[in-house]
Amino acid sequence: MGPIVTSIRSPMPAVIDGIGFHYAAHETPDADAFADFHVQIGWPPGVRRFIRPTATFRVDETTAFEPLPANQGFPLLEWGMNWCIAAHCDQYLILHSAVVERNGCALLLPAPPGSGKSTLCAALVARGWRLLSDELALIDIDQLVVTPIPRPISLKNAAIDVIRTFWPEAAIGPVVRGTLKGSVAHVRPPASSVERQRESVRARWIVLPKYAEGAPTTLSTITRGTALMRLVDSAFNYTVHGRRGFETLAAVVEGAACCDFRYGGDLDAAVKALETLTSEG
Amino acid sequence: MSAAESEVLVEALSDPSSTAQFDDPHWEVLVQRARASNLLGVLAERFAARSLLDAVPPAPRAHLVAARVRAHAQAKATMRELRAIARALADVETPVILLKGAAYLCAGLPVARGRVFSDVDILVPKARLAEVEAALMLSGYVTSHPHPYDQRYYRQWMHELPPMQHLQRQTALDVHHALVPETSRMRPDSNLLIADAAALPVESRQDLAAGQPDVPIRFAVLSPTDMAIHCATHLFCDEDFSHATRDLVDFDALARHFAATEPGFWTTLIPRARTLQLARPLSYAIHWSSRVHRTPVPPEVLRDARRDAAPFPIRQAMNALLGPALRPTRGRASTRWARRALYIRGHWLKMPPHLLAWHLTVKALRREEEAPPANDADGDRA
Repeated sequence: MGPIVTSIRSPMPAVIDGIGFHYAAHETPDADAFADFHVQIGWPPGVRRFIRPTATFRVDETTAFEPLPANQGFPLLEWGMNWCIAAHCDQYLILHSAVVERNGCALLLPAPPGSGKSTLCAALVARGWRLLSDELALIDIDQLVVTPIPRPISLKNAAIDVIRTFWPEAAIGPVVRGTLKGSVAHVRPPASSVERQRESVRARWIVLPKYAEGAPTTLSTITRGTALMRLVDSAFNYTVHGRRGFETLAAVVEGAACCDFRYGGDLDAAVKALETLTSEG
Repeated sequence: MSAAESEVLVEALSDPSSTAQFDDPHWEVLVQRARASNLLGVLAERFAARSLLDAVPPAPRAHLVAARVRAHAQAKATMRELRAIARALADVETPVILLKGAAYLCAGLPVARGRVFSDVDILVPKARLAEVEAALMLSGYVTSHPHPYDQRYYRQWMHELPPMQHLQRQTALDVHHALVPETSRMRPDSNLLIADAAALPVESRQDLAAGQPDVPIRFAVLSPTDMAIHCATHLFCDEDFSHATRDLVDFDALARHFAATEPGFWTTLIPRARTLQLARPLSYAIHWSSRVHRTPVPPEVLRDARRDAAPFPIRQAMNALLGPALRPTRGRASTRWARRALYIRGHWLKMPPHLLAWHLTVKALRREEEAPPANDADGDRA
């Protein structure tokens, strides 16, 4: 996906089916091609598989996380791959952010978990925006562009039904209940987004979403300084890049319109507000 | 996997141009091995030193570039941390010897290039331990092992205080008073190490004093021979062999550098190790470094080192374990089993049997009562 090739091995049907369903549009490189990460989602060793079935995530021959219940194999794969990228791909400045594109320009939605960025991201993709990522903005430090890494959009709890209603044609995988984050389901990335996964784009809008139940949709301009500080907060590896990290984020906010965005349950209004913002000159 | 493939990391480290004919599967093995051995940054710097980074295909190059960014950031962060430690210890008039990663960095040694490490290690005289600990606590370092058993384990039996962590910066600091545990059969005298310690180069002193001219910089590093001996000891006496590949690369780099810059390095090395009662681990290091990395050890030193080797049949058994244990991968069962066996041996070296039995019993019982830690798998950095 995107610039990353992952070699995945798993005997678990839920994982195999999940990959088949969600990554149907992605290319499968030759077995000989360079793989960035070697990931295994497996059963625990020996008889433990039958006593308390769990899924373990291994990367580069070591177990990276505590095992999760076996039914969470596919979400574990997705979280594990996020971790691989966030922990290793320091050639990029990485933000915890959804990224979508319209008319050749990227909209960044950086936010901590629970702000509704994935829901908003899914809603925009439903209305034809191109998906670059629902979770990770990979900023190329030399070119100052966002590198796409289109992968399944992860929806949690109530957002799953909200998106089912808002986007009936969405290809949503099975709901996995009882994870650390509650119920989780993934939306398959549109084939058109996957086809264009080599097209990097510049960020033109930075919108900091905040979901508040029942709140009216409000979009308010913020200063670039404020936006910069919020981007710093949402970066996984800002400090690793030192001065260049600051210069990169400063250049990103310099070239973008920056807004705070509060929205409630009305996704139609939310999408409309963002379409209006991104249609202005 | 062929014998040639298991050597790719060693070859690429010693001669990056050996990768010129590599295809994708070779690069993949190399990057994976280097990452698993915590040597990706070192590998990247060795490519960069020969201006060969641009010759690497884009996909593996991205990993080398990322590793350089990380290693560079860590070097800066370590200097910042050392400035803070110097401030914390400003009123404690004691020599403070930097060990391992921080020492290599401050001494400006080639071994530090691209090397990443997780904590700062310092050595102070045992008599000053209480003062040093108090001063560090006043500046925000707290113990990261508050359990009473752990406290007793470290304070009574080990060669260091229970590991400390800074409250705000979350940085880890190990304060040692010796190179091996109190309960070990080897007893290197820390006073000898401190008496022979070497001053930091002027550039490092200036860097550490930057912005705080009134703070005394009391840091020093071990002498070249002692530094190599400590590296060997850490490698061959520790119970954890997961970092063995990297430590052997360290030993090779230290030996090559000191052989070229310190007259008499090889002739003083073994006698010094005997004085410190650390001749056995040095003997292993010399043997395996010359075997794996072709370190140019003078023949008479190789012969002399053999005198400190373990007697039959322990030597044969150890060498049979060390071969697989030093390999840069956990993929093969022989490596995993060898490391497990060496884990048990490490504990055996660390304490006499009755203490070991007690320690393992307590550990096993505690594992039962403690729930595994919750983890956040959402892409946050560990």
